[in-house]
Amino acid sequence: MAEYEAVIGLEVHAQLLTESKIFCSCSTRFGNDPNENVCPVCSGMPGVLPVLNERAVEYAAKMGMAIDCALNPVSVFARKNYFYPDLPKGYQISQFELPIAEHGKVDILVDGVAKTIGVTRIHMEEDAGKNIHSATDNASYVDLNRACVPLIEIVSEPDMRSADEAVAYLKELRSILVYLGICDGNMEEGSFRCDANVSIRPKGQEEFGTRAEIKNVNSFRNVHKAIEYEIQRQKDCLEDGEAIVQETRLYNPDKNVTASMRGKEEAHDYRYFPDPDLVPLKLDPAKLEQWKAQLPELPRVRRQRFENDFGLSANDAATITAERDLADYFEAACAAYAQPKKIANWIMSELLREMGEAKLAAAQLKLAPSDLAKLVKLVDEGVISGKIGKQIFPDLFAQGGDPEALVKAKGLVQISDSSALEEAIDAVLAASPAEVEAYKGGKTKLMGFFVGQVMKATKGQANPGLLNQLLAKKLS
Amino acid sequence: MSDILSLSLAGLRARLADRSVSATDAVSSCLERIADTEPAIEALLTVTGEAALTQAQAMDAAGPDASKPLWGVPVVVKDAICTKGVATTCASRILENFVPFYDATCVARLKEAGAILLGKANMDEFAMGSSTENSAFQKTRNPWNLDKVPGGSSGGSGATVAAGQCFAALGTDTGGSIRLPASFCGVTGIKPTYGRISRYGVVAYGSSLDQVGPLARTAEDCAVMLQVMSGHDAKDSTSAPREVPDFAAQTATRKDLKGLRLGLPEEYWGEGLTAEVRACCDQAVDAAKGLGAVVVPVKLPHTKYAIATYYIVAMAEASSNLARFDGVRYGFRHPDAKDLRDLYEMSRSEGFGEEVQRRIVLGTYVLSAGYYDAYYRKAAQVRRLIRQDFLDAFQACDVIVGPTSPFTAFGLGEKADDPLQMYLADIFTISLNLSGLPGLSMPVGLGQESGLPVGLQMFGKAWDEGTILGAANALSGALPQIGMPKI
Ligand SMILES: [Zn+2]
Repeated sequence: MAEYEAVIGLEVHAQLLTESKIFCSCSTRFGNDPNENVCPVCSGMPGVLPVLNERAVEYAAKMGMAIDCALNPVSVFARKNYFYPDLPKGYQISQFELPIAEHGKVDILVDGVAKTIGVTRIHMEEDAGKNIHSATDNASYVDLNRACVPLIEIVSEPDMRSADEAVAYLKELRSILVYLGICDGNMEEGSFRCDANVSIRPKGQEEFGTRAEIKNVNSFRNVHKAIEYEIQRQKDCLEDGEAIVQETRLYNPDKNVTASMRGKEEAHDYRYFPDPDLVPLKLDPAKLEQWKAQLPELPRVRRQRFENDFGLSANDAATITAERDLADYFEAACAAYAQPKKIANWIMSELLREMGEAKLAAAQLKLAPSDLAKLVKLVDEGVISGKIGKQIFPDLFAQGGDPEALVKAKGLVQISDSSALEEAIDAVLAASPAEVEAYKGGKTKLMGFFVGQVMKATKGQANPGLLNQLLAKKLS
Repeated sequence: MSDILSLSLAGLRARLADRSVSATDAVSSCLERIADTEPAIEALLTVTGEAALTQAQAMDAAGPDASKPLWGVPVVVKDAICTKGVATTCASRILENFVPFYDATCVARLKEAGAILLGKANMDEFAMGSSTENSAFQKTRNPWNLDKVPGGSSGGSGATVAAGQCFAALGTDTGGSIRLPASFCGVTGIKPTYGRISRYGVVAYGSSLDQVGPLARTAEDCAVMLQVMSGHDAKDSTSAPREVPDFAAQTATRKDLKGLRLGLPEEYWGEGLTAEVRACCDQAVDAAKGLGAVVVPVKLPHTKYAIATYYIVAMAEASSNLARFDGVRYGFRHPDAKDLRDLYEMSRSEGFGEEVQRRIVLGTYVLSAGYYDAYYRKAAQVRRLIRQDFLDAFQACDVIVGPTSPFTAFGLGEKADDPLQMYLADIFTISLNLSGLPGLSMPVGLGQESGLPVGLQMFGKAWDEGTILGAANALSGALPQIGMPKI
């Protein structure tokens, strides 16, 4: 049986975070009532004309710079012609022969192995509206709020060989977009979405196999599952002696299968031609300089810096820098208390767990980074034990506020006063003569028992270091 | 006919300013004329008489406003141009009930300048045609001879001005649609440089070719209208952000043509002209020489490719521009449509007329995969050559002069069944749109045989409408006036 290799290319649509739409001044706000964000231009009324939103150009150009693309000094908007009710003009304004940026690359890391994925092009385009099929009145409606919202499409080279690589590439792209502040990266609301081109070929073969385009994958998990499924399906096909058809397949997350949507014979001829309503887009070199200067530190660079300057592990650095806000949070905490590795540990264990449970992003947290730093410091200084710290963490996370005040209010300050602790130890030893005897007879494992008893008696507030020290002394 | 109507727009402005004529007088004279002549001519699809009168009365009550160059002047707008609250049909069933809730920028600027909208002019459906016979609603007749067409596609605009129903009208010119009806109807019409007037609110036919322009009785009247509408519009990226010269001054003050080099392209003066067109145009050139103009022969060698190039570009753009008329959001929706495919096919098949469907199909074809390079891309290349022809010719001359049409107005129905013959009516007008340059047509006499007006075209350099308007003004003064048709 031949060994196969998967070949994967991704087309990512990212909605740009502009206030207004790409060709009119309507708001891009998500969640407004249907057709609230609509004007003659984005509803395709007769005689109206598109006017390009400069901010969208800035954002697209910044993404181009961030992934090392060559920016085309002149790019051209083209019309992609097809009929659909959610497409008010009967064509989508996109870029075709001359996109704004080409020939970029994105570095990914999978299981410790670095790889560079080529980016063919980035082009700007407008989104379509949304058809809504009513179950109650046997009618279909069109909501044009999303029509004319600015998108960039980022097309990769077919450089990925596994679902893991595809997801790593997607995560990196998303991270870069969010760092640039040009996309919110929200996959559920569709502001970051992807289509995957998947084919397989016998290992060692140069030419590509026939590819299927997988649509409707709206989470990293589903991208992974859909690609894995599709690779397996294609292998099965070949092994059963069936030919793979070039087609568009829709991923069904409930059944975890892909199903054929339309074959090549029904493929659209989009009749692209340059849009005569828009003059060619010329990038002003002075503006490009200005935009370049505004580029933030990108995730890859920041990750490296966190490893080098803060001594974080590759894994911690990658996790913390994946979201710009979380990395900012981490740095703010470190600024308040310069113990980056300890702070990173708290973020990796406690904070991310609570964030996951509460479904909150770093920007939405009640717990200020300086207060997290304070908590780490309280533990470090022995004011409270690590265990108490973890105990009170959910409360701090939920309400925010000064951990020191909380510790005091709850009377959780660690007993570091040796006379107070000695009293408790004496009481425990007096109550457990048999264990003391056994310990002295060589059963040193019983040390754990005594520690536990004293902790119990002090409601966990005993300073563990001091306790160990005092216990050892008293039992010797 | 009220003697107010024998005034030019410029003349009317003077009378309105000194209050010897009121805006109400001007509007009611026009409405009376419309009532008298419309049954025979059918130039208008909508008459906004009541609104016009109400507006005129309010303006009279407030008194003339010298800051508004068109204060109280009644105008008509081609039905391809959006007018807020007034039906804008493009003479098509598919937009029969469409009432825009916005004004085209050119209309907004006319209103801002004090013009009063009298009504909307008939046209070839979606501006596709050269006779106005392609209107879905009515056939407009030439005021000079009711058996003849007014030209197209802005035939209603040409006829309404010629018949004295208004003082100026707006047309659109994609391949000659202002200049041909101006020529056939014996009025002056100008297609400005592409980008001079905003296209916002002008229902698109061939977006890279379309320009709005005025039709009026004199070059001076056209200059006043052009002045008001010109200049950059933030809503149209293809409108030029450049200074607008004082066209009216450039026009009215020009009384001679001393030193002006008139280029006569051999391609426009060869065989194919009818004797009467040639006679009138020759006479006009002689008159120009008499005014001091110097005549130089020039060549526009790619003219022979202009019709093919034009139709490829225009139809391709049209096929895409007209995709929005799908029965989903506005306009005609077929009542029997059962599903989405039906909705598109039935609404568009019944909503669009034959010529429009022909152009959509041809335009779709030339953009299709496998044909794009041979047609659209090639046409775009030839288009650049055609433009270069003009730029080269303008090295040797200041204005290019030739007949607007090889013949005078033809009979209703005469070419209606032969689209190719109809396309040839535009032979002298379409190159200009491909080049983007400005051009006007002015009446230079009545044909000896037909008794119908003959038009002469003047093409100018880019953004130099002032020179051709001025030249037309001077030349007109040296020619016998054709007057107004008797209806
Ligand atoms: Zn809008």
